[in-house]
Amino acid sequence: MAKKEIRKELKVSAIENGTVIDHVPSKSVYQVIRILNLLDYDNLLLIGINLDSQKMGKKGIIKVRNKFFKPAEINKIALVAPTATLIVIRDFDVAEKKQVSVPDKVEEIVKCFNPNCITNNEEMPTFFRVINKKEEDLKLRCRYCEKITAKDTMEFF
Amino acid sequence: MKNKSLISINDFNREEHIRILDLAEAFERQPTQQILDEYVVASLFFEPSTRTRLSFESAASRLGARLIGFSEPASTSLQKGESLRDTIRTISNYSDIIIMRHPREGSARFASEVADIPIINAGDGANQHPTQTLLDLYSIRKTQGKLDNLDIVFVGDLKYGRTVHSLVMAFCNYNTTFHLVSPEVLKLPSSVKIHIKDKKLTYHQYTDLNAVIPQADVIYMTRIQRERFSDPLDYEKVKNSYVLHNQMLEDAKPNLRILHPLPRVNEIAIDVDTNPMAYYFTQALNGVFIRQALLASILGVVE
Ligand SMILES: [Zn+2]
Repeated sequence: MAKKEIRKELKVSAIENGTVIDHVPSKSVYQVIRILNLLDYDNLLLIGINLDSQKMGKKGIIKVRNKFFKPAEINKIALVAPTATLIVIRDFDVAEKKQVSVPDKVEEIVKCFNPNCITNNEEMPTFFRVINKKEEDLKLRCRYCEKITAKDTMEFF
Repeated sequence: MKNKSLISINDFNREEHIRILDLAEAFERQPTQQILDEYVVASLFFEPSTRTRLSFESAASRLGARLIGFSEPASTSLQKGESLRDTIRTISNYSDIIIMRHPREGSARFASEVADIPIINAGDGANQHPTQTLLDLYSIRKTQGKLDNLDIVFVGDLKYGRTVHSLVMAFCNYNTTFHLVSPEVLKLPSSVKIHIKDKKLTYHQYTDLNAVIPQADVIYMTRIQRERFSDPLDYEKVKNSYVLHNQMLEDAKPNLRILHPLPRVNEIAIDVDTNPMAYYFTQALNGVFIRQALLASILGVVE
């Protein structure tokens, strides 16, 4: 089923080589683009929002030509798009397909929720250990103030 | 432990804690030794704390070290908007070790990343105050003869009290039974309870202090601050329930000792002071020996 869905997408706007990030919640597409720094990307970038999906109802999709992500890079997006599927395309074919997974540590992209944390008062990157990876109960411990930023208090830069 | 920063109590493992306590014992026997006369110790208090600062400076002075630094932010370049990064980098050129207290949580960890000399955290906001924790461990080992298998009662503000959080975390290494006595709104946060659960240790929560006293080896008292309550009436309701009076200690075990990080306001009645179970003033003195042990071992003049 999923495969058929992809084929349909590829027909519309296939890329020869690159990466398709599929099953992104539509509301998270913009955050995914920011986290992966794709606004600065100088090759073809196709973005679809509110596409019909049998699995999710509506979904977002991002296609990046000639770009292949390292696992550490792509897994960052699991924080905002845990449902995302990563599809590596070579010669118009699916070369690899996998789910993103929440990483062990999170650098730079998340803001510490504690206003008195040094990271919110000095020019410096944030750093967290992920202490609970479950989607609904995601918890990050700040390396600096040692407080826990949970899913409901999570803000992105 | 040479050149190792002490930011959080968990930066040192159980063996390192014990090593520091043993060294502190040696300094208690002989507090004045000229072993740091070739070293410059920077004491940076970005927020005032006379008690902690004097304890550190006394420790450094008794070992012959030279001290530089400041005791309040008004005298620093922070007032001129200099970043903490630049202040720490500059001062690390002038000294061999930095003792710092700062109102922001995580500031000491950040300083340890930008300095090329070791940092001792003397308190970073509401986060950590590891030398207090070590002096508490020292006081408890000294009075109980051991750290393992104790029943420790924590009383008062367990939600915001960082000394309580760090001490609970440290005692998770020692098969401790925790008794947590606090008003409903000031219970120990789950981020600290996680550490107890991780070690599969037992904790009990109470709102009444009296019932738990007969089981206690140590009672660790803390102050409940009025500002913690959104409704002042709630404070009035609980404020007297967490005051320790001498007659409450009648059924206590003979080895019980009462600790308090000081300053005390009214949570321990004056009539407890003459009870041999009162230990809070000696506890503060132990801080000097612990800080001597840390300076000497981090600077590498003792093994
Ligand atoms: Zn933080």
